[in-house]
Amino acid sequence: MSERASIPRQDEAADTDETEQRGIDEITTGSQSVIAALEQAGVEHAFGVQGGAIMPVYDALYDSSIDHITMAHEQGAAHAADAYGIVTGDPGLAMATSGPGATNLVTGLADAAMDSDPMIALTGQVATDFVGNDAFQEVDTTGITMPVTKENYFSDDSDTVGDDVSEAFALAEKGRQGPTLVDLPKDITKGPTTEWPEKPETPETHQEPVEADEVIVEAAAEALQEAEKPAILAGGGVIKSEASDELRHFAREYDIPVITTMPGLGSFPETDDLAVGMAGMHGTGAANMAITNTDCLLGVGTRFDDRLTGGVETFAPDADIIHAEIDPAEISKNIEADYPLIGDAERVLEQLDDAMTSAPDADEWREQCQTWKDEYPLAYDMPDDEPLKPQYVVETFDELADDDTIVTTGVGQHQMWACQFWTYEYPRTWVSSNGLGTMGYGVPSAIGAKLGAPDTEVVCFDGDGSFLMTVQELSVAVRENLDITYVVLNNEAVGMVRQWQDGFYEGRRMASEYPWIPEFDKLAEAFGARGFRLEDPDEVEDTIKAAREYDGPAVIDAIIDPAENVYPMVPSGGDNGLFALNEDHLGMI
Amino acid sequence: MPGPAPDQRMRPSGRRNSQGIRIDPEAEATHEPRLAVLSALVKHEPGVLSEVSGLFSRRQFNIESLTVGPTKGDGTARMTIVIEEPEPGVQQAKKQLKKLIPVIEVEELESAAMRRELALIKVAGEKPDDVQAVAQMYGGDAVDASKNAVTVEVTGSKQKIDAAVEAFEQFEILEVVRTGAAALERGSKTMDNGAATMESDN
Repeated sequence: MSERASIPRQDEAADTDETEQRGIDEITTGSQSVIAALEQAGVEHAFGVQGGAIMPVYDALYDSSIDHITMAHEQGAAHAADAYGIVTGDPGLAMATSGPGATNLVTGLADAAMDSDPMIALTGQVATDFVGNDAFQEVDTTGITMPVTKENYFSDDSDTVGDDVSEAFALAEKGRQGPTLVDLPKDITKGPTTEWPEKPETPETHQEPVEADEVIVEAAAEALQEAEKPAILAGGGVIKSEASDELRHFAREYDIPVITTMPGLGSFPETDDLAVGMAGMHGTGAANMAITNTDCLLGVGTRFDDRLTGGVETFAPDADIIHAEIDPAEISKNIEADYPLIGDAERVLEQLDDAMTSAPDADEWREQCQTWKDEYPLAYDMPDDEPLKPQYVVETFDELADDDTIVTTGVGQHQMWACQFWTYEYPRTWVSSNGLGTMGYGVPSAIGAKLGAPDTEVVCFDGDGSFLMTVQELSVAVRENLDITYVVLNNEAVGMVRQWQDGFYEGRRMASEYPWIPEFDKLAEAFGARGFRLEDPDEVEDTIKAAREYDGPAVIDAIIDPAENVYPMVPSGGDNGLFALNEDHLGMI
Repeated sequence: MPGPAPDQRMRPSGRRNSQGIRIDPEAEATHEPRLAVLSALVKHEPGVLSEVSGLFSRRQFNIESLTVGPTKGDGTARMTIVIEEPEPGVQQAKKQLKKLIPVIEVEELESAAMRRELALIKVAGEKPDDVQAVAQMYGGDAVDASKNAVTVEVTGSKQKIDAAVEAFEQFEILEVVRTGAAALERGSKTMDNGAATMESDN
């Protein structure tokens, strides 16, 4: 097969020949040990903001091979590192100083925690003698970040500070991925040591299951091959464990329709006959019908989040649930698993493949899924003239761009249109704030994605509300001359909130409309990026082409129909099978 | 030509309960909360107590008591956590605990496990002999006496301590402090040799 599941990345091949001589070659301080630990772990990029307590670490970075990208705000550093982690699979590195630097990272850490994105954060801290005294720029960083990290460390010894960083890096990457943080007091990083850090290894207590229980695998395989309406639900874990190839093989071998979650976009090619699309609140009609009516659901690398399940009472209520998942705590957390398969997604799929003796007899079901796909295409009304429809903008860009183009987004309506009207073919091409729903994720995430995959096209679909939250990071894209195309689907509103107000709050639009919004094309030019203003549907293609051709960051301010809403829609806690196709349907369910 | 509207679509026949468990109409199982005694072997290092208590509070597990103390001097500590949760909550609490990096092992103790808590009860000192007599009825002892107050120590199950506190009410209780339960499995079974592996648990 000529298809490739993973996009080859340039950075792996690039710097083998002309190896730079830079790098830590001698250790005299804790800081050098910190940087040596990162170099040893293969870190190539850091995203951060300088500041008092982290200065010793930055000083050691001066001699390092690591390329540091100064961000405009620590939140930007965290999101860029997170996106870098999504795109490369390796932990992205964010750095910040103590106090406000550290607290500014918190949103990004929480975002990474929700989406199990590999990421490591280093924060400066006041000297240990001052800790606890409410010193200048002191904050209890490990206390604040405890609930939003996999694990965090307060380093208290210059001899072992590098080991802490190594372990934190390994923890971010192994098992169920996630963010870790090491808090670095200034006296510890400045303090003398000659200790080289240990290699990155996880502690023994860390759970890293690989193979699922063979007995349950056998039973699950039997359930699956006897199912009449089998379906696979592919989650973000498929991508995280590089199981996309195995999933393609498995689904095709046994002819089982594949539904994806939002983080699972790209885990299975949407052009495949077996693909029924994304399920959940704004999923496709076919996916929501399939997930509601299946009699055997194989969930792989998914945590059955509420935006996916809707009300759990009506989620796949006829289905035996086979749950392949690396984190034991996700088993039966939201949806009871009849067949819990705790292990790495790729390996568990191989085990299931070995255990299957035949494909399920499901011709009728596959036909039914196809009927649903025909009956419920993602559609929108395209007027002959204005106003400009956001879906058309996304669709047109998708047609012009290569299949491996990376899409990043902010959060809101534009994000849903980017899910729905872009065709995802490959893993690691969907970079979004899925679980936390962080508005402002778009601008910095595109920067992280571009640095992680420098030879792949990166487009960021953003909303006007999201864009305004982190627009300052455009300065970074300009400084680094990153070839990113930003498309702001501008409806002068926090559109998703406004949609809910119209649907569920009797149209009382409180604090959801944004009059006096800046002209983003001009704002982009002020930053030194290229700005385009797009209002005419006839100019969509030309404008996108011009923005893509510009070598550097370009911003298209697309003034879209403010009345456009996102459908299909399953109201919060609703029944997936009763998704609304329009506002009238909302009244029926 | 859009497909059928919501009220005209194919519908499944089953249903789940609010805990995501498929409901069998023949044997509907709603899980009632129950007491569970969890014992956790943890690394004895700063922040562990805060990690565990933070976990329980943010995931809304209902803690009845939590005690912690060092063990054999090998850098580990044992925590005894009594929670009241429906069955899925108990399982979830165990699994979430096990995920914490400083947590080495977690097990739920059998209901027959030995459970002890300690109470210090300070009562008015007018009738020290009577106080001592009541203390002895509960296997306790007066551990401090002054002109105006007597403090007794009582050890035992929660029920026993509850009863003792009630009995001392006749003397005007000035202060009570209780430790929460410490618990160990009966017999030769220990966490090192007999701990259930979390991986095989559903």
